[in-house]
Amino acid sequence: MMLELRGVTYRYPSEDFDTLQNLSFSVKEGEFVSIIGVSGCGKSTIFRLINRLLSPGAGEILVGGHPVERQKQYCGYMPQRDLLFPWRTVGENLRLPLEIRGGLSRSEMRARVEGMLAEVGLPGCAGKYPGELSGGMRQRAAFGRTALTGSKLLLLDEPFSALDFLTRVSMQEWLLGQWQRHRQTVLFITHDVEEAIFLSGRILVVDSTPIRRLTEVPVPLPYPRERAMLSRPEIAALRERLLDSLRKQVKEG
Amino acid sequence: MKRHISNRGSLPALILVALLLIGWQAAAMKVNAAYIIPSPTQILTRLWELRVPLFTVHLPATMLVTAVGLLISLLLGLTLAVVMDAFPLARKSLYPIIIASQTIPTTAIAPLFVLWFGYGIWSKVLVTVLITFFPIVITVYDGFQSAKTEMEELLRTYGATRIQIFCKLKIPTALPYFFSAIKMAIPMSIIGAAIGEWLGAQSGLGYFSRRMMTQLDGAGVFAPIVLLSAVAMLLVAVVALAERAVIRWRGEL
Repeated sequence: MMLELRGVTYRYPSEDFDTLQNLSFSVKEGEFVSIIGVSGCGKSTIFRLINRLLSPGAGEILVGGHPVERQKQYCGYMPQRDLLFPWRTVGENLRLPLEIRGGLSRSEMRARVEGMLAEVGLPGCAGKYPGELSGGMRQRAAFGRTALTGSKLLLLDEPFSALDFLTRVSMQEWLLGQWQRHRQTVLFITHDVEEAIFLSGRILVVDSTPIRRLTEVPVPLPYPRERAMLSRPEIAALRERLLDSLRKQVKEG
Repeated sequence: MKRHISNRGSLPALILVALLLIGWQAAAMKVNAAYIIPSPTQILTRLWELRVPLFTVHLPATMLVTAVGLLISLLLGLTLAVVMDAFPLARKSLYPIIIASQTIPTTAIAPLFVLWFGYGIWSKVLVTVLITFFPIVITVYDGFQSAKTEMEELLRTYGATRIQIFCKLKIPTALPYFFSAIKMAIPMSIIGAAIGEWLGAQSGLGYFSRRMMTQLDGAGVFAPIVLLSAVAMLLVAVVALAERAVIRWRGEL
């Protein structure tokens, strides 16, 4: 098991209710799993607990079978905004996780960064500043930086939500290609039902706050995928069902 | 693009300055009492006549006070800013004192410094430090504080230590603030040095200006002041050039 949450409870200090309550779920190695839910439902809190920006009030979080408290660089976290440092070139941005981990010579770091830039389709961009890149290129650079943490588990928090529709669609296809080649374990947060269906093997739906459980919905599509598959009748029905459950939640909220 | 606009923007100011100078010249010629209101041309002539003592004795003396004062202010200011940023308790105890120190009318108590430190360089340096250190501390501290929380969190998920966060995030974020602080501090430190010399000294442009006053030499009072302003503008321009070379991302955060 790549990631396992066991009875995790969390309450923000400023609030009088639990955001997570005795939540358990797990993700197998090499899976692509999406978490969907309306905004403000606490899905990002799950990420912040996994990457230890927050500590759970109760329960355990295991990555690769070991508690996260005793590990370093066990997950690569990519937030909603690309957060490229504007004073660093694209290459220097990608080098950040390597610099922080330490133990690599300059030429080794450069080689890895160059390799990753080619991998994410930005060869020759090492010397450019983030301000010179388009939105999609910036997200790819940010993804490359996340991948260079060297972690098997990637936490992607609505990485494409700020992009325009066409860029978003092409980035989804690109991400799927990346994943099919490297088979990292990906946990992907989104509020876009179609995006979740297109990308993931299973979808975990947040249907109430406090989050006590995640409703598991398998996506009945094989990999590799094409966008045309989304128009199959059973997929259209699945999309309606998921949308309905989110809509109900918006009304209740 | 920005540079283009700012160049354009300085033209009206230049025209205004030219008009003011012409008005001044005309008024001074009409009053015709150089000991009260010397004309710009009289001042320039006097500056030329006094060039040897001004440039070989008094300008170096003032610059020495300015440089030493600025250096001490920078060391003190940066240290305090770093300490206040790193330790909340230090911020809570120091910040109000630093603000309160600004209510002390430095020029009024400066004569005391002459009593304490004599007519040498240190009484003037103290005036300079008291005037300049405040904007440096506050501006640089604000710079550290403006580092984005999300970026800090990202570095923490990479496993960054506090020192790494400071070096890789806080310092680059504060750099534009640091340059602003220097550009503010240079003219203030020159003013501080001149005030110190005015109160009691054996050399320096402030001292020279005051000596000319006792001789009712209006143009001689103004000449060193013109020189001080020119030097201040020149130094600020040099810093601005350095800033432009170092910082290419301003306005992108």
